[in-house]
Amino acid sequence: MSTVKGEMIKGNEAIAEAAIRAGARFYAGYPITPSSEIMEYMSWRLKEVGGAFVQAESEIAGINMIIGSAACGVRSITASSGPGISLKQEGMTTLSDEELPAVVVNVVRYGNGIGTLLSAQCDYHRETRGGGNGDYRCIVLCPSSVQEAADLTVEAFDLAEKYRMVSVLMTEGALGQMMEPCVLPEMQTPKRFEWGFDGKYSNKKIGIFDRDSMKESVALNEKYNKVKEIEQRWEAQHIEDAEYVFVAYGMPGRATIGAVEQLRAQGHKVGYIRPITAWPFPEKAFEQVNPDVKGYISIEANATGQLVDDIALTVMRQGKKKGSNCVGGSCPAPVYCNPHVYGVPSTKAIMEDYSKVLSGELKEVY
Amino acid sequence: MAANANTNTKTKVNIKPRKVPALIDRPMSFCPGCGHGIIIRLIAECLEELGQDDNVIFGIGVGCSSLLGGGLETDRLHCSHGRAGAVCTAMKRVNPDNVVISYQGDGDAYSIGIGETTSAAYRNERFTTFVVNNTNYGMTGGQMSNTTMPGQKTTTSPDGRDCTTTGMPLRFPELVASQFDAAAYAARGSVSTPANINKTKTYIKKALEAQLSGEGYSVVEILSSCPTNWGMTAPEAMKHLDQAVTPHFPLGEFKIRTKEQGEVK
Repeated sequence: MSTVKGEMIKGNEAIAEAAIRAGARFYAGYPITPSSEIMEYMSWRLKEVGGAFVQAESEIAGINMIIGSAACGVRSITASSGPGISLKQEGMTTLSDEELPAVVVNVVRYGNGIGTLLSAQCDYHRETRGGGNGDYRCIVLCPSSVQEAADLTVEAFDLAEKYRMVSVLMTEGALGQMMEPCVLPEMQTPKRFEWGFDGKYSNKKIGIFDRDSMKESVALNEKYNKVKEIEQRWEAQHIEDAEYVFVAYGMPGRATIGAVEQLRAQGHKVGYIRPITAWPFPEKAFEQVNPDVKGYISIEANATGQLVDDIALTVMRQGKKKGSNCVGGSCPAPVYCNPHVYGVPSTKAIMEDYSKVLSGELKEVY
Repeated sequence: MAANANTNTKTKVNIKPRKVPALIDRPMSFCPGCGHGIIIRLIAECLEELGQDDNVIFGIGVGCSSLLGGGLETDRLHCSHGRAGAVCTAMKRVNPDNVVISYQGDGDAYSIGIGETTSAAYRNERFTTFVVNNTNYGMTGGQMSNTTMPGQKTTTSPDGRDCTTTGMPLRFPELVASQFDAAAYAARGSVSTPANINKTKTYIKKALEAQLSGEGYSVVEILSSCPTNWGMTAPEAMKHLDQAVTPHFPLGEFKIRTKEQGEVK
């Protein structure tokens, strides 16, 4: 985000309009706060552009409709939140199994079970680890502004089709509901993918019944390794000389940037890494961090701390690469985390976390 | 049917073996005496006769119906258990010019998939559902289904189905006919005798015609034998279909096509 451009638009509506402009022509889902505006927008907008919209009887039916349209080669999208995304896991693992591309938007809300209506980041582990049965990954994109949400919606479709995977746009309740200026992406002419069903059995690779899982697993790993190698995305600053590096994504990531700027202005050597892809995790960003960094601080909006695990794994791997003494699970630089549960932590709260790390009040997690 | 044809050889009728539709000319692995093979044959014949065998997408259920997937030479997706109604909804919405068929068992369509099956009928989706009803969960070893007969012994109702705690066998085509005004066609056939098989074929064809004309949702349930899980020989199972199952699941058309209604006027 450089300068303020574009018209004011709500985060959820920006995602919906960006999807239309990316060529999405099918939506099926079930409403849930704080994601419902995406579905409401699609209900009239898809009709305008000659697409299809189904208000499904459940999230399970909704994601299975996405399977049907994706199998026919149509750009397809669904959105939900918290417990609704739980119901969609069945379809997401099936999409992954059949290597069908689709975009699933999770406007994350806080809580276990039916949860709450509060903005949060509590679904990090589920989204980045697959979530449904089996052994698969989804590409997970995490916007921190309305503009980025619109841009990443287009990117989510492109990546989903490039790799024949599910892309998850992991946004947050606050981002879905807030308005910001946004330049919407250009309108694309929708395409049908040549591998889709046409009733003539032109493509024999969807609906596979004779499986060879040993061969498939090799191909799957090759694909995922390729995604990990070339699709990591992040934003980072001040990390080459940083003594402490903050890691945060989404809205807390945006707040962290503000905190880092203030701390820098006060003379503290701090930097930040803001993952844009949560999977693949931006491990490459960590290669540019000051080798004598004193610690990493994860800023996240959940109860138990989830992002902190990926930071620790990455730091440990970097340590091993450099040949540092990393035995028994202890890593070259400690990793701290004070989970903020829900909402968006204020700049002040993030700066307090930093003070607690310096004073020793906040103990390292790893 | 083969036995019937053999008796005619005495009168020197020129018997030509019927050609197997190219759509299904692959081995399938159903149990001996199972009705699935007959039903699949009928569907494939109807598609050929309607000129749609190169214009069809199947959404295949989980259970014994899964075995159809390996035997078909056409676009088909193995849907998650019970979800064929939802998957086919979308396929038909985005590919309205293709014939879209969900092929499911009673467990898939009426138990785990009752929401998806009923909702597709409720929305009057323009695809066709074929449900093979053999009154039990065949693939998993013969457990109780929503269509299991009162008193029927299954592996989860070893003392016979107690309908006071498990519900009465569900009659789906009747539900569609009585509740969903817009639906185009609902019928129930059986594979118990050559006469019933012939009637079933006309039902299947009418259902597909209702889809081709865009009249609306169509469903045909077909009562089918399951000698393996019923613990019967194949002939016993066919007799059982007629004598025990059909009295609870009446055969016939419950909702006729809107075009036919128009013709009556």
